[in-house]
Amino acid sequence: MSTATLNHIGWVLRGNLLTGVAAAGVGLLCLLAIIGPSIVPYDPVVSDVSQALRPPSAAHWAGTDQLGRDVFSRTVVAARLDLMIAASAVALSFGVGAVIGSFCGYVGGWLDRAVGRFVDVLMAFPLFVLAMAMVAALGNRVENIVIATAFINLPFYIRFARAEVNVRRNLGWVEAARACGDSHLKVVLSFLLPNVLPAMAVQVSLNLGWAVLNAAGLSFIGLGVQAPTPEWGIMVAEGARFISTGNWWLVVCPGIALMVTVLFFNLLGDGLRDILDPRMRT
Amino acid sequence: MTAPLLEVEDLRVTFSTRRGLVEAVRGIRFGLAPGETLGIVGESGSGKSVTAFAITHLLDAAGRISGGHIRYRGQDITRASARSLRRDHGAAISMIFQNPRAALNPIRTVGLQIADALRAKVDLSAREARDRALALLKDVLIRDPERRLDAYPHELSGGMCQRVMIAMAIASEPDLLIADEPTTGLDVTTQKTVMDLLAGITAQRGMATILITHDLGLAATYCDRVVVMEQGRIVEAAAPLQLFESPAHPYTRRLVAASPNRHSRIEDLVVGQDDSPSAGHVATSLGPRRQLPAAKPGDPPLLEVQQLVKRFDGATAVNGVSFQMARGESLGLVGESGSGKSTLSRLICRLIDASDGQIIFDGQPFGSVPARDFHRSPLRKDVQIVFQDPHDSLNPRFTAADCIAHPLRRLMGLTDRKAIRAAVEDCAVKVGLPLDLLERFPHQLSGGQKARVGIARAIACQPRLLILDEPTAALDVSVQAVILQLLDRLRREESLSFVFVSHDLNVVRMMCERTIVLRNGEIVESGPSNQVFTAPTSDYTRTLLAAIPAIDGARGAASRVAVGSGA
Repeated sequence: MSTATLNHIGWVLRGNLLTGVAAAGVGLLCLLAIIGPSIVPYDPVVSDVSQALRPPSAAHWAGTDQLGRDVFSRTVVAARLDLMIAASAVALSFGVGAVIGSFCGYVGGWLDRAVGRFVDVLMAFPLFVLAMAMVAALGNRVENIVIATAFINLPFYIRFARAEVNVRRNLGWVEAARACGDSHLKVVLSFLLPNVLPAMAVQVSLNLGWAVLNAAGLSFIGLGVQAPTPEWGIMVAEGARFISTGNWWLVVCPGIALMVTVLFFNLLGDGLRDILDPRMRT
Repeated sequence: MTAPLLEVEDLRVTFSTRRGLVEAVRGIRFGLAPGETLGIVGESGSGKSVTAFAITHLLDAAGRISGGHIRYRGQDITRASARSLRRDHGAAISMIFQNPRAALNPIRTVGLQIADALRAKVDLSAREARDRALALLKDVLIRDPERRLDAYPHELSGGMCQRVMIAMAIASEPDLLIADEPTTGLDVTTQKTVMDLLAGITAQRGMATILITHDLGLAATYCDRVVVMEQGRIVEAAAPLQLFESPAHPYTRRLVAASPNRHSRIEDLVVGQDDSPSAGHVATSLGPRRQLPAAKPGDPPLLEVQQLVKRFDGATAVNGVSFQMARGESLGLVGESGSGKSTLSRLICRLIDASDGQIIFDGQPFGSVPARDFHRSPLRKDVQIVFQDPHDSLNPRFTAADCIAHPLRRLMGLTDRKAIRAAVEDCAVKVGLPLDLLERFPHQLSGGQKARVGIARAIACQPRLLILDEPTAALDVSVQAVILQLLDRLRREESLSFVFVSHDLNVVRMMCERTIVLRNGEIVESGPSNQVFTAPTSDYTRTLLAAIPAIDGARGAASRVAVGSGA
């Protein structure tokens, strides 16, 4: 990172306070995901029935659940699993989608048409239902949630990369790379792809929040992560049963965690667009 | 003299940017009489367009008028709101823009758009508006106006779009028309018909015109008075003949010298002190033109093109072109848009495959390897290309040094960092690029600097044939002058041969010994440049030459009634 880059980031953050807040929030979430399990006051899976369904107090900041587990500790510990599912799913669809999309955009012709129709078909499905079906078919495991989430995100990355490469493929510097002795393959991978990555980073940030929701949603309906593993989706699902009896605190803490996570990622996405655009940097 | 229609007094326009306030216009003063045509001439960044936007209240949000006055018919309109302006003066000031196609709404027919402009002033029924729109299209001499009324902008040529823009601009019967680079991007013959039309219409209706242009020839041909702007200031104002024949200000002198006319020579383009580091070098190296190495009999020509054809989806871009060029020769390819000159240059550069025909380079068949695999050919480094838009031709994520190093790594197989660096610096020195700019990214370089990087990259592998695809079309004339001198020097020092593609005939005449005139993918005329330009044999070449606006061209636009139908 050169000083110019840092200056530029500083300028964007100053001009856009929300981006700074979002970046700090995402940083805090990542920190919690790393050190969360070692700093929480209670073991997230050990039950203590004598303490079941206690409202928030000094000892239990967010109360306890039906098995007497500390809701706050469980929420903090769950951050690691949820963020990991989201990050690996997005990384997977980003990597695969960017490469496929770039080639479609550059080559055009039948490849572009074939992939384009496949993407259309994919997008015609209700995506969440598709993910449900995939997890049900592949088996109830965390890696299958990742694969399903990655798969339903794929169309967006393919289309995005395709469009971004398509507008650049006839620019002088692409032809110049050919004149300088690069093959078509090399032009796509080392010239066009790096140039579309910044724009896609925005998409990644927006998508991370969405992937967290998706993973939690799958767990909420009983697919994927299983109890007693702490996970926001399951916690909300379990807590929902107790709302009618007035034990609202079971869902509040994981619910807020979900909401804040999605919000931070979305706000960060907007800021990233400004930071990563090289034309904004002078 | 009658009371001025427009008075601009000490006008200042400031833009707030992240680097603080930037003054784009720094206290300019001029007046405009009714019916007068004033030219504002200057290079990019001179503030000429900003001045127009300030007068028409079209400054974007970051800009504001920070001082001075604009008076229209004696009334101060400097800070008048758009609404009060419209109430008091109607659409008294109209403007036409640089890119006519972008200025028209692509999803409305031109008839409806002209009707919109008409109805902005008076209430008209759809029927009346349509009739008036048709009359306007007839006024701007569009061929087949009844049919064009229901055409969408993409169905019209660039010249016709500009005619539609003119129709819209005169729809509200303004007293003042501001034309901001109205013919930039149009072919030279189209430019002439559009400008003749504009001059005819404004003269007929007694409209005053402000013509903003970077083309001195255009200003000289069509304006009563010309002001020259540099960095937000007016440096000189006079009648065109006086201004261009005896310019008083050093900047005007530089500008006039840099504008190629039909007598100028490469070495005359830059006068006085040039701040580029290569200036000294250029000055010393400009001896008499080196004689071409005499081709030995039996020596194959450097490049031979035989019956070259390129078809795209049924359309034929290049149709049976044949020519030869000798070692060390500079060959000009001229033609208007659609003539196939860019396609031809890409065929010769082996970036695309020909549909038919042969290319022979230095006696070796050149087209036998498909373009897809040509990057591995040992001949790849012998033919290099410099692209039109210096901005588009550099990878935004490469520094200048990376750009120049790229062919060295790929084609010369250099891997040692020090050797690459030394070679890059060597190229940078050759093209006069200061070494401290090498670590910059394209967006941190000026247009001229980017052009130098593009040229350095092309000569890095010591090619034998350099294809120059409109290398200076996107540059200001003073930068163009320096780059042309640079190219001419490089050609002699590096013993290069040039295929020089351009729409600017004066540039080609200076740069090339031989010229080929292309039209619709076919060769219309070819021969020694002097002969093609002084004694053309084809009518098409004569039309092209006649359409070039000349600085010394006699004024007479008002009397010149626009003739000819739709461009």
